Amino acid sequence: MTDLSLSTPIMPAYHDTASPPPKISVRNLNFFYGPQQALFRNNLDIAPQRVTAIIGPSGCGKSTHIRVYNRIFELYPDYRAEGEVLLDGQNILDPAQDLMELRRRLGMVFQRPIPFPLSIYDNVSFGLQQHYRLSKSETADWVEEALRGAALWDEVKDSLHRPGTSLSGGQQQRLCIGRAIVVKPEVLLMDEPCSAIDPVATAKVEELILELKSKYTIAIVTHNMQQAARISDYTAFFYRGQILDFGATGDIFNKYSLLEDIPRKEHLDSLLNFDQPLGPSLS
Amino acid sequence: MKLRPPTGRRLTNLAVSIWAGGSALLGILILFWILYVVLARGLGALNLAFFTQMPTPPGISGGGLANAIVGTLGLTAVATLIAVPMGLMAGVYLAEFSDDSKAGDFSRFSANVLMGMPSIIVGIFAYTLVVVPLGHFSGYAGALALAILMLPVITRTTEDMLRLVPNTLRESALALGAPRWKVTLVIVFRAAKSGLITGILLAVARVSGETAPLLFTALNSPYWFSSLGEPIPNLTVTIYNYAMSPYPDWQQKAWGASLLITSGVLIMTILARFFLRERKA
Repeated sequence: MTDLSLSTPIMPAYHDTASPPPKISVRNLNFFYGPQQALFRNNLDIAPQRVTAIIGPSGCGKSTHIRVYNRIFELYPDYRAEGEVLLDGQNILDPAQDLMELRRRLGMVFQRPIPFPLSIYDNVSFGLQQHYRLSKSETADWVEEALRGAALWDEVKDSLHRPGTSLSGGQQQRLCIGRAIVVKPEVLLMDEPCSAIDPVATAKVEELILELKSKYTIAIVTHNMQQAARISDYTAFFYRGQILDFGATGDIFNKYSLLEDIPRKEHLDSLLNFDQPLGPSLS
Repeated sequence: MKLRPPTGRRLTNLAVSIWAGGSALLGILILFWILYVVLARGLGALNLAFFTQMPTPPGISGGGLANAIVGTLGLTAVATLIAVPMGLMAGVYLAEFSDDSKAGDFSRFSANVLMGMPSIIVGIFAYTLVVVPLGHFSGYAGALALAILMLPVITRTTEDMLRLVPNTLRESALALGAPRWKVTLVIVFRAAKSGLITGILLAVARVSGETAPLLFTALNSPYWFSSLGEPIPNLTVTIYNYAMSPYPDWQQKAWGASLLITSGVLIMTILARFFLRERKA
């Protein structure tokens, strides 16, 4: 299909003898857009400090799935999630869960970079003031650290007080990553973070994701198979709101020949309706 | 099969075009006619004394309407101070917190009804609420009446402008763990800023030319005012009184005051359009 199609099997990027406990465990998750069910009995384990890719055809529930983790879907009154999402063993769907603390621990980067109508500096410090009591100079240090972490500092250090919207699309997306990591989250949820930016900017963001992996647990929704193969350790294959398969990225890609061919609908349909798989880190 | 001859269709088309175009033209014509007459008659009344001196007794020419100009500005300012925080927050409730509930629908419907309420009724309402218990006319009653008239205008434009802000912006702010009120007041308000200013300007423009709600409330006065607790001199009621008087000098001043108010409203409307255009850009 492309120059990336390989004759030799792709080896999983991550081998461990003993699996650490999952950072996030999803158990029997169902999701409803009003009367319409979008996710069916999802079970998934997200390994700590690894990149888990969520792939699948359009409209199969990938974004819906990770948007449950930080309960951002609750902005819309008739959306509803059922089941359990355990973050370090605590069910975050519990109504008693403190949403603000939850969202500090799980940062999110969206498909389109959306800078706040504030300066570059204030875009980053906005979340900071929310969660931490810091002096002015500490705030400045944290902002710099976050922008360095997002590989943006060198490009913006002289224009911190210009509006965030004055940056290019790729820079805006790195600004959004910076403002997500400044509050020191544990997990980064990325919802197709490269689909609205150009290939050069995409390469930069991918490089950044590989760097961030050492500090954060990352779940990334992507449409781009090559991207999933390049950056992820685990892959969850979504289809029609179910998790069709889950495993080490190399295994999943070999099993479905994802880099060579688009899987046939009939084949995928025949695989549905089995028990939802559990992650290897748990079994 | 026979085709219909095009003559009838063309004639109908022509008739409808003339009807539509003519109606539009007539509307514009009336506006410019009013502007022309106000300008032609009012311009002669405007001089330094008009802005700086007090009214003179009938028969003595000269003097000005300084007290009424300041009074109108003051009444409008106080009304704006009351209506803006309430109107903005009511709009926030409708756009951000009502979740399209029954209570939200009812509030929106009420705002629409209030917007169409004849201003004289609002004046009588403020009269009953403030003037009767206090026993005298006052600026408080006038400002209250004007604020009530502004409230639904600000509420509805605020709601509309906040609804134009894409939800993706709210999501990205909420995803950082910010509470909903902060997302609304810091991020969404800033994104809708020019629209909100437009709404406020339109509301100020709407009430600054009102006479009826002031007749029963602030009334009018030929003197300076020292507090809102007394009748407040104002331009619109002055126009009403002076225009009906038999003195040519007073009538001339009424024209001058009309010109002043008309141009004020016009400038605010143009400013509002300017802000709205900036928003689109």
